[in-house]
This record gives sequence, structure tokens and C-alpha cells, in this order.
Amino acid sequence: MIARSTPRTLFQKVWDAHVVHPLAEGGPALLYVDLHLVHEVTSPQAFAGLRAAGRRVRRPELTVATVDHNVPTDDRSLPVADPISARQLDTLGANARAAGIELFDLHSPGQGIVHVIGPELGLTQPGMIIVCGDSHTSTHGAFGALAFGIGTSEVEHVLATQCLVMSKPKTLEARFMGRLAPGVTAKDLVLGFIGQIGTAGATGHVIEYTGESIRGLTMEQRMTVCNMSIEAGARAGMIGPDETTFAYLAGRPRAPAGAAWNAAVEAWRGLGSDPGARYDMRVTIDAASLAPQVTWGTSPGMVTAITARVPRLEDFESEADRTAAARALSYMDLAPGTPMAGLRIDRVFLGSCTNGRIEDLRAAAQIVRGKRVASSVRAMVVPGSMRVRAEAEREGLDRIFREAGFEWRNAGCSMCLGMNPDVLQSGERCASTSNRNFEGRQGRGGRTHLMSPAMAAAAAIAGRLVDVREWAS
Amino acid sequence: MEPFVRHTGKVAAVPRANVDTDQIIPKQFLKGIERTGLGPALFYDWRYRADGTPDPEFELNRPEAAGASLLVAGANFGCGSSREHAAWALADAGFRAILAPSFADIFFANCCQNGLLPVRLEAEEIDELVRRTQAGGGDYRLTVDLERQRVEDGQGFGASFGLEPYRREMLLRGLDEIGRTLLEEPRIAAFEQRRATRAAAAP
Repeated sequence: MIARSTPRTLFQKVWDAHVVHPLAEGGPALLYVDLHLVHEVTSPQAFAGLRAAGRRVRRPELTVATVDHNVPTDDRSLPVADPISARQLDTLGANARAAGIELFDLHSPGQGIVHVIGPELGLTQPGMIIVCGDSHTSTHGAFGALAFGIGTSEVEHVLATQCLVMSKPKTLEARFMGRLAPGVTAKDLVLGFIGQIGTAGATGHVIEYTGESIRGLTMEQRMTVCNMSIEAGARAGMIGPDETTFAYLAGRPRAPAGAAWNAAVEAWRGLGSDPGARYDMRVTIDAASLAPQVTWGTSPGMVTAITARVPRLEDFESEADRTAAARALSYMDLAPGTPMAGLRIDRVFLGSCTNGRIEDLRAAAQIVRGKRVASSVRAMVVPGSMRVRAEAEREGLDRIFREAGFEWRNAGCSMCLGMNPDVLQSGERCASTSNRNFEGRQGRGGRTHLMSPAMAAAAAIAGRLVDVREWAS
Repeated sequence: MEPFVRHTGKVAAVPRANVDTDQIIPKQFLKGIERTGLGPALFYDWRYRADGTPDPEFELNRPEAAGASLLVAGANFGCGSSREHAAWALADAGFRAILAPSFADIFFANCCQNGLLPVRLEAEEIDELVRRTQAGGGDYRLTVDLERQRVEDGQGFGASFGLEPYRREMLLRGLDEIGRTLLEEPRIAAFEQRRATRAAAAP
């Protein structure tokens, strides 16, 4: 038993509150799951496994399902053209109905990317353990929840038991010093961080993001940061809840209300890391000196400032890094030493669980307003949820995008992973607000440059990568 | 789950770092609703050119890799997407263990759920295994012994590896983890009782 006087981290507090049973000394624990989010791609085999074993969903009311990865983002009045995709979507519907799980289907006004709808509904709350068969579940950590992606066997385990067997991760404090400069966003902050510690830099750890520049972020910006924790290899990313968190949650449909709200906020105030709490690892990042970031390679850690050049192979210390960089440059069709600014692009993708929220669309619209997408560029906006889409339309953002020549789509994961018809053609170069620039991620042979919504919007207008700070009016 | 106790088999090497699960199994193969039959999709975009013909340059397409059941790989293997299809595809293609200097967390857990043993060795040991695999010309074999937690080739290479006792036991006995957890039903029910009481007082 931990003495009350021992300072604890946010992570430790959430962990301690969810241990059903420590299975083995120094080994994994059985943890209780407060919220299980389910989507169509990683769940059918889990439901099938339950049926084969004659098991039931233990707590359907703690489980919420939506369709996102595989959904078309064009006309929703038409049937899903791909019969294999349609079968997967239908399967989730049938599984959710049979188990009594709430489902946001293709025609629901609440449909959207699972990591966008959880927070917008107020389902995501501080101090929870949240899991989903999706690596970007780390997004929900922005609220001070412990949220992480799991595999399908674990999805089945949580459906059957509402628990998960988990080895206790280590903790990493990522402290961001100083305030972000104008034109530099949460996306730049997290890309810069991944560039600093590497894509395996946080493996086995839960990151807690701290520091002045984190406190200054809105909830949506914090979600962008926590979302990409997995790209640093982390099990999860977390931010201590504060007034910004409470203000975001107040009045959300599934957030506590009335007396329960006051009691909840009281409890949430105690979640933050205690002064003097120990972390297994600490990293400091100079946020104030960050410029807008853009990836040049095929891993999110292959990233640099928009003002910099494509690296030279001799810049890398290890043989393994040189080999990886050479392969990435070949795939990306980039010559070492080429300035990042000025690279011609063919496509722009605004959306994803990283940057498909209303503030992201506002930031992009501000750049786009009154301008035209370059004639050589095809650009699309895919709102993260149908609620985000509706809000954007109330604000007239859709008109700004449409008049500029952007396609205005329905909600889904879309070209972040290209499971639906929204894909890059081989050789196309894309400015994307998504989270992964892996080979073929957005379409076989496609070349992805990750960046912020404002940077992607500016690239759409210019037809090439530009420094958005020179575009700010 | 198929138990893993000891396995001797042919080795193939894909000595690249940061192999992500998008490469292990590309998204076009994630639309199904079964967990079987994914072997042919393994490394699809690396194994086949855009015109559908096999790329002879890819390590697993070389004749000496045919029939391999042990895969030696680079650091941070299995990073990125949580798709368990990656572990299913490797297992369906005949692999019983993956040996690498490090693995991404979710992929590591997914392997353990499928009787596919993830073996962490030192980077120098992996380098040596890559060298021996390449020198072996398709005849290099290893024994991975989970009981002794040893990897040996009978030709002078030997290395120990760690695995949490809980995971090791699950793999050795091929246990159903859900069945194991359901034995804790009284504890889960008691936790739910406390949780409900807390929620009534505060959330």
C-alpha cells in the first residue's frame, strides 16, 4: 500500500484507482475499463470470438461503437459501393444491436472518427481508463484519462470482462518550455517532440505532457498532442486536467450535470501529478524556438522545420539511420539538400483524428478565405465528425472551403489511412494533417508530408510547401 | 491459442528498422471479418510490385527464405497501427517467432495473444543472426526455447531473452486469457460494486 504522503503522478493515480487485482508481483495487473470504444475494422473478429466461446458482452452500457475507418465520405444517400467494406459496416451494426451497444452508424448525426466523437459527446472524462482497438486512442489522454490502443484479442477480452490485463508502463515527463511562437501550432509541437526523441523514444512509457506551452493549449490542441503519442512509441499520452478541461466538458451531452458535475470537478481537481512526483524519464523541449514542422520521410520522426532542407545522408550518425533515410528519400523522390519550402504538391488532405476538429477547420479556413486552391492541386476537407461538419457549416466554413475549390466531405478517417475510396495515386505528393507518413499509408506509392492544418491550407493555395508565417495576414 | 514451448526452424531476415504494421499488412486487407487467411497479404506492398509480379529484391521473396518459420528483424518492429491483422498474417504465413532488438508495445501484446513469440535480443545479437542467416544461404536454423528462454543455433550462437512470467506462462500453456480473467469474477464484481458506490457519491 502506498503511503498517502508519497507524491504520485497523474498516471499513477489513474492506474491505482483501476486495479481490480494485481495478477503477479511485478507483473501485469487486471485493470477495470470505464469506456470501451469500438469501430468496424478491429472488432468483427472479437465479436465472432465471443460467439464461438458462448460469451456475452459484460457491460454494453460502457461500450460505444461508431463507423469511421472504412466509410465513404461522399454521398451518404448511396449504398456503400465496395461490397467487402459494406459487409464490415453491416457486421458492426449487427454485433452492436445483438449486444445492446450504442452505435453511431453511417446515417447518424453523431457519426464520426471514434477519437473525435468520444470527447465531443463528453464520454471522455478525466481519470477514466479508456481503450479502443485503435492506436490513436491516446487522444483521450488530453483529458487526464489513461487511454490506449489495444489489439482485437484484447477488444474481445474487454467485451467479455470489462477488464484488461496490462503490464505497468513506465512514466515519461515531456516538459515544454516557453510559449509557441505565432504560426506554430500543437501539431508542430508534437512533431518537433517526435523528431527529438524518435519514433521509439517513448516505447513502454506513458507520457505526461507538462509545461507552460501545454497549459496554454485549448482542449482540441491538447488532443492533437496526445493523439500522436503513439508516433513516439508511447503506450499513452496524458495531460493533467485543469480549468480548460472542465470548461470544455461542461454541458456536453454525456458529461455529469448538476450536483454530479460539481462533485466530478472536485474529484478531477485532485488528479494532477503531485509536486515532487517521480517519473522514470524526463525530456525537456524548447517549445518557444520551434518553427512550423513538416515531415520529409516515411516515419513521423523524419521531420524538420519548413525553413530547413531535406537532410543529407552524412547528417545521420548510425548506419541504420543512413540506410533508412536513403530508402525514405528514394520513396519520397527527394534529393538531399532540397529546401522543404517550395516542394510542389498534388493533393491536400485536411482531416483525421489528429486534426479534424472545428478549431483545425477554422485555422485552415482563415488561411483559405478569399483565395483559390492552386490549379494543379486537388484538396479535400474531411471533418472529424458529422457534428464538426454541422458546426463548420453553421459558421460558414464550408462555403469558404468550397469557394476556394476544396471538396467538402462527410466524416470519417478517409485519406489518413486510405481504407475507403479516398486514396493517393502512385507518385502523388500530399500535404496532410494526418498522423502517419508511412510508405503507402495514404495509397500505394503516395508521398505524404505531415503538417499542421494552417500549413496544409497554405500549401493548397500555393501548390507547394510554404512557411505559413509568411502567409499570415 | 497454440502453445509455444520450443521451436526449431529456418530463419529469414528482414533487417530493417521501424517496420510498421502498415507494411506488415496494408490496409486493403483489413476489410474482412475473419482472422484467418491473411498469410498471402503479409508484406504485400513490399512483396509485389504495382503490376502484381513478385519483387525479387524483397528479402522474403528470395528462394532461401522459402519455408522460414523464424523472422529476424530490425528495431521497433511492428510500430504504428494497432491492427492485430499483422500478427495474424505473420502466423498464417508460418512464422512462430519474431526476433528483434525491440518491438512496439501493442504489436508485442498482439503477438503474445496469438502464440507468436516476440523475442527481444541485444542489437549486436540480432546483427549476428542477420549475418549468419545471410551466410547460411537458406540453410540457417535456430531453436527458440521458451522454457529455458534461450535462442541457440548449435553452431556457437546462444542468447538468453526475457519475458514477463505471466506472458511466458500463458504462451507455454496456450491458455485462453479471457477464461483466465473470468476466474476473477468475484473480484471484478466487487470492484464494480465499489465503483457504483463511488459514482453515487462522486463520479
